[in-house]
Amino acid sequence: MSTTFWIIIAGAIATYLTRVGGHLVLSRFDTIHPRVEAGLNAVPAAVLTTLVAPAALGAGPAEWAALIVAGLVSLRGGLMSMFLAGAVVLVLARQFVG
Amino acid sequence: MLFGAIAVDNGFSVFEAFLMSAAVFGGASQMVGIELFGHHVAPWLIVLSIFAVNFRHVLYSASIGRSLAHWSGPKQAIAYFLLTDPQYAFAESEAQSGRKVGFVWYMGAALTVYVSWNALTLAGAIAGQLIPDTSALGIDFLLPIYFLGLVMDFRKRPLWLPIVVVSAIASIVAYKVVGSPWHVSLGAVAGVALAVILPPSHSGIGVDPEHLP
Repeated sequence: MSTTFWIIIAGAIATYLTRVGGHLVLSRFDTIHPRVEAGLNAVPAAVLTTLVAPAALGAGPAEWAALIVAGLVSLRGGLMSMFLAGAVVLVLARQFVG
Repeated sequence: MLFGAIAVDNGFSVFEAFLMSAAVFGGASQMVGIELFGHHVAPWLIVLSIFAVNFRHVLYSASIGRSLAHWSGPKQAIAYFLLTDPQYAFAESEAQSGRKVGFVWYMGAALTVYVSWNALTLAGAIAGQLIPDTSALGIDFLLPIYFLGLVMDFRKRPLWLPIVVVSAIASIVAYKVVGSPWHVSLGAVAGVALAVILPPSHSGIGVDPEHLP
């Protein structure tokens, strides 16, 4: 088998370890400390934010407009409507701004 | 689809592109992997980079594991293989709404993503370089918009705004100082650390005794 094949397999194993590892470590404890629980409850907002913030900072006016509109729509609508609103603004703004 | 096209562009065969999507199943890490592959970087470094990009799943796994613990071992083993960003957000929203996260419900959502992701990879790989300039279509910036939507989904949680602010600042600083992909894990750890350091009552824990496990 080629080197590429083994890179893919090793990458897959490494990825699975990250997906199962957090639970395996945590399940060794009988009770969860309140502070640990507080930390775990913070995970979605904390991780997902890091996938947005640097990209937003490095972007331009078109992307900022898309994020702002999508953010406002998300206050009232669901995920799909905010996503479509953001995408529409992005495509339009790129035509006119940049 | 984009991944398949870029993978072939970077010297992957169609089969290899498909295999990577099927076995790794992590969009961002696959992108980093093929990018490095195109630069002829040492194999161990590529694997380490994939691991680094995917390291955030350790947090997902620890967090959602509390809602999946009532399943049998094999079911959990399969579920964790399919634990992607959107899957984690779906499952966590479901758990937050008070419903029990069911195996069939979880697999329905996960397999939909899995099958379409792999089908699109295959289509992209076969189409290869036929895809025109993607910038005008805005494809490159759709993911951040999508992730913003997921962030907003959790805005009802205690400490949401402080966590978002801290994670945003920390990830930006880490992005500038340490570089990608470590900004994801470092920024996330900063936000989680804030919730850990503040008194648990700020996170709504201990206020209602029934909330404790």
